Amino acid sequence: MVGTANSFTTGRNRITNPTNHSQKRLQIYHGTNLHFCTTPFDCYFLFAPPATPLPLLPKAVYQRFKEMEVGQLQRSFVEYMASLFREGFLDAQFSQLQQLQDDSNPDFVVEVVSLFFEDSERLLNDLTTALDQPNVDFKQVDAHVHQLKGSSSSVGAQRVKNCCIPFRNCCEEHNTEACLRCLQQIKQEYLLVKSKLQTLFELEQQIVAAGGAIPMVQ
Amino acid sequence: MAQVQTTMDTQFHVLAVDDSIIDRKLIERLLKTSSYQVTVVDSGSKALEFLGLLSEEKEGAEAREVGVNLIITDYSMPEMTGYDLLRKIKGSSYLKDIPVIIMSSENVPSRINRCLEEGAEEFFLKPVQQSDVNRIKPHLMREKVMVPNGLKRRKAMADLSPDQKTRKYNNSNNLCGIFWQNICE
Repeated sequence: MVGTANSFTTGRNRITNPTNHSQKRLQIYHGTNLHFCTTPFDCYFLFAPPATPLPLLPKAVYQRFKEMEVGQLQRSFVEYMASLFREGFLDAQFSQLQQLQDDSNPDFVVEVVSLFFEDSERLLNDLTTALDQPNVDFKQVDAHVHQLKGSSSSVGAQRVKNCCIPFRNCCEEHNTEACLRCLQQIKQEYLLVKSKLQTLFELEQQIVAAGGAIPMVQ
Repeated sequence: MAQVQTTMDTQFHVLAVDDSIIDRKLIERLLKTSSYQVTVVDSGSKALEFLGLLSEEKEGAEAREVGVNLIITDYSMPEMTGYDLLRKIKGSSYLKDIPVIIMSSENVPSRINRCLEEGAEEFFLKPVQQSDVNRIKPHLMREKVMVPNGLKRRKAMADLSPDQKTRKYNNSNNLCGIFWQNICE
């Protein structure tokens, strides 16, 4: 599924023996040890000077370079995705979204997340306005937070969702100052997850542009 | 054309109601992966309009048959909550047999009980997942409740004799019934 049959794009299905410098570089992208298998083309991988213009190399070698590029991008993608889950930016619901994406709906995740961005920005603006009023309508503020909690929960934006819970408590207490602090925190978390997801999508685009397939993350 | 009609007759049609655009997209995708035909609306009033209950205002609306096997609705919606919608459906003589499922992001036992008592089949906690959608099948109506969409149609229906009514609608319903029997029995 990933790359072509004769590629070494996935460390999983090729055995390769690295020298020290390449081992170090590959370990940046993927935690497991990768081993080289020695074929004539692999010495080009080790020793080909960067200055060589790629089109002047034999086609097979050029193809190897392209496949390596895809492989590295894919490893970056997998590692980045894992870090987003590990650091709590995303939760299991995001995996659910990914599972709903397939060949008939290849952009499903991007579409849902884009809707989430639009919806959240609208709600954050509404919250700012509502809390700026001389007489704050806490029922209205609570309604907005409830919506934001719902949508962040539906896309798996865990940290944003978790910010909504104390926010609703502040609304119940009719505490404007506390609400403003919560709003500030939610805005920060939202901008953080937005930038993380945009980076993820950019990585996807780079993989596709380099001719590779986006790795499935279970 | 006849082939399309057949597919539409035998595919289960679910009406989904949710005011959140993200949740609408999600539920639509979940239902479509289970091969249901899906109509999504953003409010209780739009749902009732689709089901023909608000046809008073739509005098000139095109008469159209609407077949629905199940309604799945969010609980917290502005103006008309999912509970209000449930009550209106159960209070309607020709809609009351359509199974209704309520979704909510809040796990409030009194709310859940109230909905189940009012006649909801199930209560899903949001975010709704594939495993929840897999639980829908047993609740689906065997035969689509064919709801005339538009006042004209309803008036026309009222003028028909019982025999004529049966002939008009039960043919397609029997197709559903036969399909169901073949698959399940």
